[in-house]
Amino acid sequence: MTLVLEQVGKVMGGETHLADVSLELRPGSLNLLLGPTLSGKTSLMRLMAGLDRPSTGRLLLDGRDVTGLSVRKRSVAMVYQQFINYPSFTVYDNIASPLRRSGLDRAEIDRKVRAAAESLKIEPLLDRLPDELSGGQQQRTALARALVKEAELLLLDEPLVNLDYKLREELRAELQEIFRKGRSIVVYATTEPLEALMLGGSTAVLDQGRVLQNGPTIEVYHRPTSERVGQVFSDPPMNMIEGEVVDREARLGPVIRVPLSGHLGRLAPGRYRFGVRANHLFVARRNPDQVEIEATAELAEISGSETFIHAAHSGTSWVVQEEGVHSLGLGEEIRVFVEPRHIFVFDQDGGLVEAPEGATPSLAAQ
Amino acid sequence: MGKWEDNKAWFLVLPVFLLVAISAIIPLMTVVNYSVQDIFGPGDRIFVGTEWFEDMLSNRRLHDALWRQFLFSGLVLLIEIPLGVLIALAMPKRGWGVSVSLVLLALPLLIPWNVIGTIWIIFTRPDIGLLGVAINGLGFEFDHTSAPLDAWITVMLMEVWHWTPLVALLAYAGLRAIPEAYFQAARIDGASPWAVFRYIQLPKMRGVLTIAVLLRFMDSFLIYAEPFVLTGGGPGNSTTFLSIYLVKLSTAMDVGPAAAFSIIYFLIILLFSWLFYQALQNVGTGDRQ
Repeated sequence: MTLVLEQVGKVMGGETHLADVSLELRPGSLNLLLGPTLSGKTSLMRLMAGLDRPSTGRLLLDGRDVTGLSVRKRSVAMVYQQFINYPSFTVYDNIASPLRRSGLDRAEIDRKVRAAAESLKIEPLLDRLPDELSGGQQQRTALARALVKEAELLLLDEPLVNLDYKLREELRAELQEIFRKGRSIVVYATTEPLEALMLGGSTAVLDQGRVLQNGPTIEVYHRPTSERVGQVFSDPPMNMIEGEVVDREARLGPVIRVPLSGHLGRLAPGRYRFGVRANHLFVARRNPDQVEIEATAELAEISGSETFIHAAHSGTSWVVQEEGVHSLGLGEEIRVFVEPRHIFVFDQDGGLVEAPEGATPSLAAQ
Repeated sequence: MGKWEDNKAWFLVLPVFLLVAISAIIPLMTVVNYSVQDIFGPGDRIFVGTEWFEDMLSNRRLHDALWRQFLFSGLVLLIEIPLGVLIALAMPKRGWGVSVSLVLLALPLLIPWNVIGTIWIIFTRPDIGLLGVAINGLGFEFDHTSAPLDAWITVMLMEVWHWTPLVALLAYAGLRAIPEAYFQAARIDGASPWAVFRYIQLPKMRGVLTIAVLLRFMDSFLIYAEPFVLTGGGPGNSTTFLSIYLVKLSTAMDVGPAAAFSIIYFLIILLFSWLFYQALQNVGTGDRQ
């Protein structure tokens, strides 16, 4: 079954939640919705599920118009960021609850419940109540409840966001495996670029209720068609600086001079906006091609094995993502290095002009 | 040196200790003291052991008051808890209606208790009271000062009017705390409104309803001011609840029996609160296979 959204929009109380969304979701595919909070991910999922009716546009299921069809008549399962289970049911009954209405016989229900519990590793917990489980186990139960239904459309709304880091990693890996085996259309909403990259599949980048870009995840990451996509699909957001191309060199801000090599060589003279991801900035010189930027350290955020160094350079703020722990004093003068081959170029309206090479879809997919 | 540091910690506990001693332990022990002695005057007393307790436990009027009290508290719980939940379910979830209904609900809770008794005296008077005149106008004889059943109905109405809002407020808070996603999940599962109530809302309200049941049981078991003002315990003894009877005893200077009675009263409330708490803790975990 293929689900097609045709220019779907949703207006509620005079506020536009979604505008002009067109997507095609194929069976067995993993579709990510990536966007900041309030970008319309949940609204879109509610429309797909049939919980809400779109204000404009149509939903087609295998070519059949299902726009007004109620959620009860659709084959949908959903998992939320909160751990949603029936509080007075045991894990077993929770998982079995979607099957009880389907008229399957007891033995068949039992077989399916146990299979779902096994795939999510909660078999020993079947007699427990949700309150007696850890957060991770509660979400596993909710996932099993959704999977057991074998719905045509499986919606996951930031399912891992309330779990701690270690559990999230573990469950994400297991989910990938489960998605791969299933035949459902899987839709997975996330705010985290890193999570999207790890899950793969295809990604629709949402912002303020609009789909900015849609395509294979890795391609969207390497070739964001607009500055906004670059911002949403980078964590921390892409560093941006105004500049121009004159006299066979790119001038980024008043000071930085970058030779027009590689993809930058195709730039016509004119004004541009240049972008560099935080993980492509370095505090030490790695090779002679790197361009040096003088900056003032403002803050060093240490997160585990990495440090995010916030630095100011002639009125613009930069974030450098560096391996290891670096402690820097406030106001300390530092040098930041960037390679010309990592620079994104956008026009004045934010449209992509040139993306770094070696990041072409064919290469990246390997 | 080490000893000084140990002692310093005692000073930190002292205020709490003093407070609890003055507010609870000393008064309670005074009552215990009275309950085992016959006191004729300062310095003139005899130890009577459990005599007052035996007296009280075989006292017919106390038995009557006790059964009356259980009937009253039982009815209070049976009416107020379901009614409060129904009101909470019917209340608006968003918009201006929320504040309006919250304020309206809270009004009875803000009125001093003896004022409530006075309001209901006037409200139910057969000659000038709005309710009294209305009921008599419909052809029913209604006078809570002469008919015991009318007195009971009036006291129950007053109690339900006064305290159901508290249950409704608690239940409403419990309902609002349920994440929207539960209801969405139920819709996707195709659950009926009854199933949503039975398997999501009710179990999720267990905590607040436990508190509501405990509060309403204790408060109704201790009820004094409102029925005392409204009926004075009459007609006859028909609305003489435990605390009204206790006050009659102690103001008659029967301090010994009154003290013994107080302790029995206290133990009953303690026992029932504990029983309710235990029972409600296990509700909702009973669906295990």
